[in-house]
Amino acid sequence: MTRTRSRVDGRDPAPPETPEPALRIRGLGKDYGGRPALAGLDLDVAPGEIVALLGHNGAGKTTTVRLLNGVLAPDRGEARVLGLDPWTEGTRLRRRTGIATERPSLDPRLSARANLRLYAALYGVPREQEAARIDAVLDRFGLLARAEDRVGAYSKGMTQRLALARCALHEPDLYFLDEPSAGLDPLAARELRGWIADLAAEHGRTVLLCTHDLAEAQRLADRVAVLREGELAAIGTPGELATRYGAARLEVEVPEAQGDAARTALLERGFELAGRAEGEEAIPPATRRLRVAAAGRDRAPDVARAILDAGLSLVRLDPTDASLEDVYLAVYGESQ
Amino acid sequence: MSARRPPAPLDLRAIEALARKDLGVVVRTPAVLIPLVIVPAIVYVLLPIAMIVAARIGGPMIANELAELERLFASLPDALRTDLERMEPAARMVTLTLGYLIAPLYLVVPLMVASVVAADAFAGEKERGTLEALLHAPLRERDLFLGKLLAAWLPAVAVGLLGTVLYAAIVTVAAWPLVGGAVLPPGVWIPMAIWVGPAVALAGLGATVLISARVETFQEAYQLGGVVVIPIVALVIAQAAGVVVLDARLLTLVGALIWLLDGVLLVVAFRGFSRERLAARL
Repeated sequence: MTRTRSRVDGRDPAPPETPEPALRIRGLGKDYGGRPALAGLDLDVAPGEIVALLGHNGAGKTTTVRLLNGVLAPDRGEARVLGLDPWTEGTRLRRRTGIATERPSLDPRLSARANLRLYAALYGVPREQEAARIDAVLDRFGLLARAEDRVGAYSKGMTQRLALARCALHEPDLYFLDEPSAGLDPLAARELRGWIADLAAEHGRTVLLCTHDLAEAQRLADRVAVLREGELAAIGTPGELATRYGAARLEVEVPEAQGDAARTALLERGFELAGRAEGEEAIPPATRRLRVAAAGRDRAPDVARAILDAGLSLVRLDPTDASLEDVYLAVYGESQ
Repeated sequence: MSARRPPAPLDLRAIEALARKDLGVVVRTPAVLIPLVIVPAIVYVLLPIAMIVAARIGGPMIANELAELERLFASLPDALRTDLERMEPAARMVTLTLGYLIAPLYLVVPLMVASVVAADAFAGEKERGTLEALLHAPLRERDLFLGKLLAAWLPAVAVGLLGTVLYAAIVTVAAWPLVGGAVLPPGVWIPMAIWVGPAVALAGLGATVLISARVETFQEAYQLGGVVVIPIVALVIAQAAGVVVLDARLLTLVGALIWLLDGVLLVVAFRGFSRERLAARL
């Protein structure tokens, strides 16, 4: 696996503009037992883009992936995936998609190599390339030395890596990754993030990443879509979402003795304080930190001015990019 | 008017890979493999040897046993009955029991092999959580169905045919000193091995596939699939009671009916074998 390349650099790349999106979804819906599992999804994903799909269990993530890969037929709406209709052209489409499902879905009685050999045949990997491809993906995911072992004897993390190896076996154009880092130790999870980032950045592959790991989504995703009860509750770059949901904040550090005065000054200028003890936190030995909520980098001069105009000293002022967790909680908070 | 699109060609490589994989895991799974070894060994080897040995050392007691077969004996065709009447009681019992009476029991073996492998291939896939990746693979439902069907049907037919050859060899050699000739009537055993046996295996398979779609585990599928053995037991009882006597004509007719039933079972089973339905039960 390759080294992790963090995409968190303070800038949120916009989706590349291309004439034909890798995913073009319009009003896609699916009902189970009369209840909508997916209520009408609209989403475009550009080739080479990584989009994270977030949501509680039952929010519709797995249903979305099954619809987009032609495993389920939609009850409403339509989708074009890599230019194909998933339901009527599913077989052609699935040759170009790779999936790592939440459960690894590997036969525990077979060796890793035998499992991959089966899927090489199912995905139409040319016979003459089969052995080399299998060795290559096993090597990439650190499993070559255990290739002949039964999968039932693998640890959870190894099984997860093997599922990812299977997903990459036929070099698909589009990856559906459902909780890919579940069961991986921190080092393996970091290597996995590097692999996913490289898929898009270096190989131009498109990735739809379903995850509960918000930090992973924040690091990897160009855009984030939050599903709530089968509906698309929010979509945008992490930065856009932070701004939209007021989750960006500024951290202000002032001398301990000026803490109360700074607090008053900021409130008088209309700023909102957030976090523990209404945004105040003593930082030993001699400073106090205040968190100004719903304020991005662009409000930093105003905050500084409020402190300085009050005749106070500013020890430190940090813009804090919103965490996706804040956004996620804000989106889900709306429904409470 | 738009022309109807021709069906896509079979993905033979995928079908073969699926069948190979299902067979491969059978030999690695004791719960599946043991019944596949033990039952044929008992039916094809131990049972005939035990009966012949019993007949050879049983002496006069055999005559009493023969009385139990009186109704079957009475229902036999005249020419056959005349031949049998010339035999010693022990030889007559061996010929009647091993050649006619328990002949339908040998259909149990291909039926059981097909049911065990099919239960593992269909319900077992669901139980192990390995079905989802198959549904996401670029495989037509027809090819997935065929691959799994062949994985169960081919070994069932092979075990049935080889087992019958083995049985015929053992019975012929072991009973020769007693009977002085071949025991198994070719008019019964040949159509049973090549016509009725494969049809029965397919029926067991179709029933197991239907059941597998409605249960969660291999064991449930296998146990419920066992009901298809009932008609075979009924055939043994009917023959012992002298209601029917197996011969080439009757077996041809029975086989044709079972093949017809197979067609219906498989059409119904395949209709229930849609990606969407299978995915909904994951």
